[in-house]
Amino acid sequence: MIERIAALGRSGLDILEAMGRSGMVLFHALWAWPNVRTSFPLLVKQIYAVGVLSMVIIVVSGLFIGMVLALQGYNILNRYGSEQALGQMVALTLLRELGPVVTALLFAGRAGSALTAEIGLMKTTEQLASMEMIGVDPLRRIVSPRFWAGFICMPTLALIFSSVGVLGAYAVGVLWLGVDGGSFWSNMQGSVEWGEDVMNGFIKSVVFGVVVTWIAVFQGYDTVPTSEGISRSTTRTVVYASLAVLGLDFILTAVMFGEL
Amino acid sequence: MRGRTLELAVGGFMLIGLLAIIFLALRVSGLSMNSSEETYRVVAKFENIGGLTVRAKVTMAGVTIGRVSNIYLDKEDFVGVVEMDIYKQFNNLSSDASAAILTAGGLGEKYIGLIQGAELDNLTDGSEIYDTQSALVLEDLIAKFLVGRVSDEP
Amino acid sequence: MTSITSTRLQPAANYVEIRDMTFMRGERAIFKNVNIDIPKGKVTAIMGPSGTGKTTLLRLIGGQLKPDQGRIVVDGHNVPELGRSDLFEVRSKMGMLFQSGALFTDLSVYENVAFPLRVHTDLPEDMIRDIVLMKLQAVGLRGAKHLMPSELSGGMARRAALARAIALDPDLVMYDEPFAGQDPMAMGVVVQLIRLLNDALGHTSIVVSHDVQETASIADYIYVVSGGEVIGQGTADEVLNSDLPRVRQFMQGLPDGPVPFHFPAPSLEDDFLRGSSL
Repeated sequence: MIERIAALGRSGLDILEAMGRSGMVLFHALWAWPNVRTSFPLLVKQIYAVGVLSMVIIVVSGLFIGMVLALQGYNILNRYGSEQALGQMVALTLLRELGPVVTALLFAGRAGSALTAEIGLMKTTEQLASMEMIGVDPLRRIVSPRFWAGFICMPTLALIFSSVGVLGAYAVGVLWLGVDGGSFWSNMQGSVEWGEDVMNGFIKSVVFGVVVTWIAVFQGYDTVPTSEGISRSTTRTVVYASLAVLGLDFILTAVMFGEL
Repeated sequence: MRGRTLELAVGGFMLIGLLAIIFLALRVSGLSMNSSEETYRVVAKFENIGGLTVRAKVTMAGVTIGRVSNIYLDKEDFVGVVEMDIYKQFNNLSSDASAAILTAGGLGEKYIGLIQGAELDNLTDGSEIYDTQSALVLEDLIAKFLVGRVSDEP
Repeated sequence: MTSITSTRLQPAANYVEIRDMTFMRGERAIFKNVNIDIPKGKVTAIMGPSGTGKTTLLRLIGGQLKPDQGRIVVDGHNVPELGRSDLFEVRSKMGMLFQSGALFTDLSVYENVAFPLRVHTDLPEDMIRDIVLMKLQAVGLRGAKHLMPSELSGGMARRAALARAIALDPDLVMYDEPFAGQDPMAMGVVVQLIRLLNDALGHTSIVVSHDVQETASIADYIYVVSGGEVIGQGTADEVLNSDLPRVRQFMQGLPDGPVPFHFPAPSLEDDFLRGSSL
């Protein structure tokens, strides 16, 4: 029994230590922003790797989720004869919840795991150590541009996801199922608030972007330098990032929309 | 060349992101330039605000001319006080305009409907609308109806 | 600076001096009071069985790890006591060839070699180009400058990494297992390169390896390290013909000796007669 409690305490300390180390990685990576001439091309490269390469999965998922929402929503709303409320239902669902959350989950799976594997491989093949021997801090050179790229790309991807989702819903609802296009848009505009819905969703996606990239980058940097270590940290990135996103989503939703 | 296509792709990505935010702003949330317009504040007291919420619409003849900005209870008269922000462009509402709490589509959201009065003075910042009509509360209506039926019988 | 004048050896003769250095990993001592001198301008080899912390020794010299005790003096600076910017300054005079080559996978061969030059110098682009091509010529890879690291064979990758390690004309080049996992031809090329570059560029070389023949053929002086201690040292001939049993076992590749063939285990009778219990 005592042993169990001791083990619990130990794992608690381990978690706390890992959090401390991850905080230090983040702090060191962001502490000094190196000069613009050398770091901007690095950032562009990472935005390409993290953002542009995630576009396909985000656009396709956004389109299908928007279309499914329209189909399901139409069937339910039709029973109450209020299918013109389809636009507002789809838009609010996407902007407040599905946009940020689904994008973050896909982002963790597509970009987060790639970041972890890439940095982990660099550590395993001693690239980080050799960079350090050349006299360049790998935290600034490797970690920092990747972190900023995630910070920029995740909200952008979430915005694209929501937009494409609304267009998908328009295609199914208006063009296929015959909801009146005018009332689709006007109902949406009447109920969607810029500050309340769009901005809060945006804030959510920024928070998710920071958390997912942070976890991905840290897991890569902290990986055990073997091929088994890389596969473990990649799995951990997806699991931890997904759990963090869902947990934070509840907290953020409670803070943002809870009192209404 | 490789660096150039990369930069073009990233530029395209940022552009699509920008288009998305413009689309969400103008088409989805119907953000128009006058929503951040300057407003003036008008107060109205209601016997019962019955489910009206902050940010509800204020309309006249069905057109949105403002938003409810605050709701609280007057601790002396025990009536609900509703503060409304009316867009500055509608600055010629007469001081005896009347306000009613209405319900969209019978069961939908509550909003305030204003009806223009006859006075030549206009409502200004801080004015009060005296002629108010409370929200229809279904229970009260039923109770009144039943009481009326009972008293009508001999 | 003043601290080294008190040591018994001539400071000018040795580029690296390790004194009474102890390094612990957890409870286990990787090094116990080790003393090693690396003479200037020579090829010094550190040999020993796998897992004796030879790579760790290079990291200690490079300041990536800190010893628990003792001094590691490189070019007159005690590395463990250096601040960040001084450490980077000392490192800019060191080149290191990692076991796996450690080329940056997202940069071409050319950019890999140019990387230290871009970081530490403000040279104009055409001068960087000349230096990079010179270094690539030295390792025979000038024609491969546009290839990516993934397109190189193992031997070529190591040569490209060597070109990067000598890009800044360092005073000290450290080789971490340069012969491991190479085919005989590639190995021959690397062996020759280490000796040639050392003599032509006049830097100091440290070779960490467990390949006896190749190392012995180029090393001026050899340290044999095992179990956290220096168990033998001398010129290649002295070490190869050493009478010390532990050195002899390692150098001649004898399966049994002071380092036993059998992992420590209970006696044979006990284990077999006890029956099924493990």
